[in-house]
Amino acid sequence: MSQALDMITRVRGVRGAMLVSAEDGIVVAEQLMEGIKGPAVAALAASLAGRLRRAMDAAGTGAAAFWHLQAEQGALLVVPGAGILVVAVAEPDVNIGLVRLELLRAVEAGL
Amino acid sequence: MDDIRALSAQLAQDPQSLVFLRLGEALRRKGQLEAALRVAMNGLERHPHLADAHDLYARILTDKHDYERAFDEWDMAVRIAPHHTGALKGLAFLYFKVGDIEQAEAHLAAAKRVEPDDPSIEQAIAMMRKGASPPEPSAAAADSSTAASPTAASSTAQAPQGSGLDEARVLAGLEGANEGLLLIDGAGRVLGGALKDRAGTDVTDTVAAYLAGVSQEAARTAKLLGLGAWTGLSAEGQQGNVHLAHPTSGALLLVVRERGMPLGRLAILAQRATLMARRWLEQQ
Repeated sequence: MSQALDMITRVRGVRGAMLVSAEDGIVVAEQLMEGIKGPAVAALAASLAGRLRRAMDAAGTGAAAFWHLQAEQGALLVVPGAGILVVAVAEPDVNIGLVRLELLRAVEAGL
Repeated sequence: MDDIRALSAQLAQDPQSLVFLRLGEALRRKGQLEAALRVAMNGLERHPHLADAHDLYARILTDKHDYERAFDEWDMAVRIAPHHTGALKGLAFLYFKVGDIEQAEAHLAAAKRVEPDDPSIEQAIAMMRKGASPPEPSAAAADSSTAASPTAASSTAQAPQGSGLDEARVLAGLEGANEGLLLIDGAGRVLGGALKDRAGTDVTDTVAAYLAGVSQEAARTAKLLGLGAWTGLSAEGQQGNVHLAHPTSGALLLVVRERGMPLGRLAILAQRATLMARRWLEQQ
């Protein structure tokens, strides 16, 4: 698990990464910069992921394989796995494609 | 600088002209990336099916190190005009940057098939094989294409139907169905638009109900992370992609498109739809 998080946080501009239980929003593992409120972010990320999954299922697009919350000063990137969310917190100038790749690799590797 | 003034004047005189391609490129070369970006965006709004416009936008995004969106733009350019060498070289450059040498070489080879006499392609292949990054796609391709080249002309003609959004269609979408647009308030009440699933069943209310509260949760998440206000949420699904935006603090706009539309392109469409939805809301 920590190796998977290492690979994600090595990408320049990533401020932290977490594995979050998709069902209850509990942090399973984390590597976060100081100041990031992991448990609170994890809970909200899981809740957002749940709403998004249900909405996308209903809309006929299938469940989200990757999602990306954009904000003025950074982004939250999430790849859902089997019962788990792989989450990265990133700065605004991060290479989103690279982070996405590492998140997907983490899920494919079964963490 | 005189070039830029002259080109700006030309564009002001004829906003529909393709001179925005040269102006955007001139600004990019001067390092005035924000101005270049505005010119490219305005041009794209007027010419959403012009491969050269997507190519210009991608080059500016590359200069800004926004590689994901640059990838989406070059991908779109190649979808519109499969032989667009500027976009093929751009994609090769980005594939190289993420370490996918095979794809990088394949795209350079495709560019070489289109322009076998272009020495820059051979040079890029050689550099890449030595392990050095091929040069960032220069304006050379753009320069040759900006003058309303056959590529540019044909790309307009080849534009897929329905891949762009104009104001009328967005407004039609907000009032009707089948446009993949849904506007809801914070409580999940439908304000405009409609959605149908792949089987043609109306799923407007169900989707709206699931999306209730998303805006607040997105705002709280961004705030907790110290990221400022949230500006959008993109998601890739197995059969389609979606983008969420908030035209006003209480409203949420959902744009749904087919899986083939890259997220960056979808975000651009959503930006335009958001502006239009905002106007639409103001008129209500």
